[in-house]
Amino acid sequence: MMTVNQMNQAQLLHWIDMVSFAVVDITEYLDTHPQDEEALKYFDHYIDLRRSAMRAYADKYGPLTIDTANPENYWTWSAQPLPWEGGNC
Amino acid sequence: MWNYERRLQYPVNITRPNAKIAKIIMTQYGGPDGEISASMRYLSQRYSMPYRKVAGLLTDIGTEELAHMEMIAAIVRQLTKGLSADELEAAGFAPYYVDHTAGIWPQAAGGIPFNACEFQSKGDAITDLFEDMAAEQKARVTYDNILRLVKDPEVCDPIRFLRQREIVHFQRFGEADREDCSK
Ligand SMILES: [Fe+2]
Repeated sequence: MMTVNQMNQAQLLHWIDMVSFAVVDITEYLDTHPQDEEALKYFDHYIDLRRSAMRAYADKYGPLTIDTANPENYWTWSAQPLPWEGGNC
Repeated sequence: MWNYERRLQYPVNITRPNAKIAKIIMTQYGGPDGEISASMRYLSQRYSMPYRKVAGLLTDIGTEELAHMEMIAAIVRQLTKGLSADELEAAGFAPYYVDHTAGIWPQAAGGIPFNACEFQSKGDAITDLFEDMAAEQKARVTYDNILRLVKDPEVCDPIRFLRQREIVHFQRFGEADREDCSK
């Protein structure tokens, strides 16, 4: 399987959408099943994938979250495309 | 508090503007069973929810609804972007255009403005959870109706995603009504 560092921007954003969705869905499930061991493992797995993908995206294409923003000589946060613009990043 | 992520929860990439269907889909922004209603309902109800776990669920689902609101706005924006006044008028969009140009404003498909009376925050755990389950079903039916009226696959794809989430949230609210969450 491709690593996050081998993905182009569109592939990486798609990957972030997928692993982030897994995190949102299992979070709500765990809210009502707080002791489900398999669900807890699933959460651990996808939250790690999400963290590393978010970091890789910020390094290569700019931050999607303020926590991964790492400005050097330009404030990239506000220059990122807005998500409703469409046209696949 | 909240943090913003500069991406949509599920991608919206519409290449064929169509103001006729924008007018229909707009109802899931500011209509009676739309995503503003959903997010404001859950995010308002949580303060008086006596069970911490259920208040947490209301927060997490209410937060996801904010992301759905943004997806609907993105769909409407992309469906109306770049259309001339003549094209908008031909699609029946003139009454909206005269007040809002191509801005995004919360109203139902029939033009009724968003109104907080579309949801309830009763301050009673059972009442609020049953309202929430009904709300998810009403939103699901609205998405079913949209899918009967809209044929463009680029529009139907994110609408199907949103419809699916209504079913999952209905399930979660039903579980929240059980004893093991009420601790
Ligand atoms: Fe929703």
